Amino acid sequence: MRRIAVAAVTLIVLAAGARPISVIARGSDPQDFTLIERGRYLATVGDCTACHTSAGGKPFAGGRPIETPFGDVLAANITPDRKTGIGGWDDDTFYNAMHEGFSDKPLYPAMPYPYYTKVTRADIKAIRAYLNTVEPVENPVRSDQLPFPFSVRASMRAWNALFFSKGEWKPDPGKSAEWNRGAYLVEGLGHCGACHTPKNVFGGDKTGRSLQGYVLQGWLAPDITGDPRTGIGGWSVDEIVEYLKTGANRFQTASGPMAEEIVDSTQHWTEQDLRAAAVYLKDQQAGSRQPEQPLQAADPVMQAGAAIYADQCAACHAMTGDGVARLFPTLKHSASVQSDDATSLLRVVLEGTRAVATDRAPTGPAMPAFGWKLSDSQIAAVLTYVRNTWGNAAAAVSASQVTTARKALADRSE
Amino acid sequence: MARKLPATDVVIVGLGWTGSILAQELTEAGLNVVAIERGPWRDTATDFPPTYAQDELRYHIRHDLFLRPAQETMTFRHNTRQTALPIRTWGSFMPPNGVGGGGVHWNAETWRFLESDFVLKSHLTQRYGEKFLPDDMTIQDWGVTYADLEPYYDKFEHLCGTSGFAGNLKGTKRDGGNPFEGPRSRDYPTPPQKQPYGPTLWAKAAIDSGYKPFPQPSGNLSQAYTNSLGVTLGPCTYCGFCEWFGCGNYSKASPQTTILPVLVRRSNFQARTECVVQKINLDSARKRATGVTYVDTSGQEWEQPAELVLLCAFQLFNVHLLLLSGIGTPYDPGTGQGVIGRNYSYQTTSSVDAYFDNQNFNPFIASGAIGMCVDNFNGDNFDHAQLGFVGGGYIGAVQTNGRPILGTRVPKGTPKWGAAWKKAVADNYLSNYGTATHGSCYSYRDVFLDLDPTYTDAYGRKLLRITFDFHENELKMSAYLTDRLADIVQKMQPRSLEKHPRTGPYDITKYQTTHTCGGAVMGTDPKTSALNRYLQSWDVPNLFVTGATAFPQNAGYNPTGTVGALAYWAADAIRTRYLKSPGPLVPA
Repeated sequence: MRRIAVAAVTLIVLAAGARPISVIARGSDPQDFTLIERGRYLATVGDCTACHTSAGGKPFAGGRPIETPFGDVLAANITPDRKTGIGGWDDDTFYNAMHEGFSDKPLYPAMPYPYYTKVTRADIKAIRAYLNTVEPVENPVRSDQLPFPFSVRASMRAWNALFFSKGEWKPDPGKSAEWNRGAYLVEGLGHCGACHTPKNVFGGDKTGRSLQGYVLQGWLAPDITGDPRTGIGGWSVDEIVEYLKTGANRFQTASGPMAEEIVDSTQHWTEQDLRAAAVYLKDQQAGSRQPEQPLQAADPVMQAGAAIYADQCAACHAMTGDGVARLFPTLKHSASVQSDDATSLLRVVLEGTRAVATDRAPTGPAMPAFGWKLSDSQIAAVLTYVRNTWGNAAAAVSASQVTTARKALADRSE
Repeated sequence: MARKLPATDVVIVGLGWTGSILAQELTEAGLNVVAIERGPWRDTATDFPPTYAQDELRYHIRHDLFLRPAQETMTFRHNTRQTALPIRTWGSFMPPNGVGGGGVHWNAETWRFLESDFVLKSHLTQRYGEKFLPDDMTIQDWGVTYADLEPYYDKFEHLCGTSGFAGNLKGTKRDGGNPFEGPRSRDYPTPPQKQPYGPTLWAKAAIDSGYKPFPQPSGNLSQAYTNSLGVTLGPCTYCGFCEWFGCGNYSKASPQTTILPVLVRRSNFQARTECVVQKINLDSARKRATGVTYVDTSGQEWEQPAELVLLCAFQLFNVHLLLLSGIGTPYDPGTGQGVIGRNYSYQTTSSVDAYFDNQNFNPFIASGAIGMCVDNFNGDNFDHAQLGFVGGGYIGAVQTNGRPILGTRVPKGTPKWGAAWKKAVADNYLSNYGTATHGSCYSYRDVFLDLDPTYTDAYGRKLLRITFDFHENELKMSAYLTDRLADIVQKMQPRSLEKHPRTGPYDITKYQTTHTCGGAVMGTDPKTSALNRYLQSWDVPNLFVTGATAFPQNAGYNPTGTVGALAYWAADAIRTRYLKSPGPLVPA
């Protein structure tokens, strides 16, 4: 089964059908194609399909399990089917769901309404207009599958009181129009923070740590602030745009959940919107962490790592750590290599991964698994080496971290 | 009983180089294409990742990527007086299996044939006279010229990212390139690979001998390259595991690294792997192909109807399917009549091995196509009038590998095993150097393919029968080329030198090359060719046959560059001419 994980409870499920449908859909003109087309684009920017379309299922018919630390939540059917979808909602109900996380009942924040609340009413209306045009699919989804106490939807009121602030995005007059557009997209429909912002134990965003990276679905959603070492400060606006548009740039190729995001969403964003998002992201402040001091090359673990790197890694990533643009990610000065949390690094070395293929960058290269070939201490040594060579600096990876990561990956049910 | 599938526009038999090229071109033109491949799907990271791709035992000794003779084989004899026997272990050539075909495990030596190669019969007759050629030699002109094919060579090279240095740019000769090659419309997409010590030393000896050595054109790339379809290849790491192996580093041009990533994204493309095509079906008048019948792994037979059938399997199997399907007249060596199976040819290779004191060639720094070559003795680049043979080949120092099992050349007279053998391997591993000639193989009246009267395959079909032996002309040519090569190697001042010219009879058990050619050749006359100049069957106009199957005889080069160019040439003819008016593109 295709599954998707979302940060903590940061997704909610629109549960339809909990009350008798009595409202006749009042809404926009079904012949207003300009509005519908804008809504289609905005629904793509919001990547509604990521959660609301299940593998092999009809678009937006729901049923895909959303993995949260509290249990799986099934995404709702948001087709205009009146019985099992949202065809019975009026535009206000839809707006409330997006804006307040409340339709006919509280939604779980697995639905990213803490982000969507920043979207303008006009844009939400457009999305609704578009969703009215998709094929109505009768597909009853029983979304409430969380264990007690999370099964009590009313508990979301308390959650909202603590972690949710309602309100549309307010432009910052001190910043450019482009920056503000980027902020609106990143903080709103794009809901980048849903994956990339660290969460507290209740699944709410950690204040002051926006976009600094978070682990979910067995991957690190990396720091995407302007930090030059751990974030994307070293990427130009053009390079960020290229990455989001094609899935690859001269530093990186996308894989894991971001691959899916690029396929379903960002490759379809307009160049202008991508540029705006890039400008905004580059302007985000990193955490005030002390820069790491690199381990010395003479360290025995580093020496072992260097030897393993030369034998196992250098053929693709090169002795210089430069890699090959759009094919083999560069390790030198790489944010994901130097991230505090090594989850993704461990994962790609243990299991391998396949980079996304798009029409603009169709290669889709893959890294093979090394978990069968290298021991825990060998993997620890080579990761410690790449994290502390070519100007990189990051904490050493220990063999016990590799052991833990192996077990966690083996336990995952993907 | 075959179950009938919904019709498609195009069915392709075999998803190797030419099947992938045709599928790409025709899906791009909007047609629905179904490719049927006998072997499995093959993917770089899944099937030959760099974590274990360099496994000589698995891939070379145990033939991991190749067809198994139990799946399909052929029988062999030297001449019509013998009774052919089935090949039960591959030897002289290695039939590919699986998606990517031979493109997965080739050495990636990416040549163009000479201008004169395409008009061979008329060129040689004009220069030396009708009587100069042996009576039983059946060489002929191709029906296409180098100039016709140049844009398609160029297209294939820019698909592959071929590394090389043009010696003839639009008619202007350039120092450092091959002075004998036909004019190129532009330079190679990437510069030549870096030359190791051995080829460098050999090239110096070649210059001292008055020749103009040039880097071999290589499909193992000197640098990263994004091709005409947007697919990116990496730089070669000089690991020396090319031929017999898949490249784990995305640096050897193959369907996997150049076309398939684009093809698999097309909704009008389907591949059915591990499905064996049994025959091409014809309508009752036997003038039109209606599709193919194939068998899947469960033994279920399926009929795939199609408007256009493209036979893109390995050379021998193309001929086999034509014979089994009753398309065209089978060749009869007695009368010289018939075309299917006619003009089978091969390649005439030889070598010169040298043993040095105080040299270190680091043979493990290698690629399937790094080396320096001279073309002075290829085709008709030299005067044959006093030599008593025609044809030739490139000669060169190509450092393909220093692999641990078979890369253990020892001087003549060394014991085959034991302490003395081990010592000789250790003493000579770094300091011996192998060089080679890659000679042409022309076609003859008594060299051909037909169906075996005795042996059948797993499906009860008659096996293909190969009747082949080297002829005096080729053996003389090989002796001459080997001597010229030895002259150059001698200038490198080895301690000792061993010449291994090709000698007869042909040994089907010893690997030489997988360059089997011909059997359903292209040409201008339906009496002497199975295909017209667009690779279209004279008999069944909605059937095209690609690959070296169409070569009327083989030139002194590795064939893949020409195979790729012909595939693009045929694709263009189908797209721009055939689809507009389906029917014969050349009146018979």
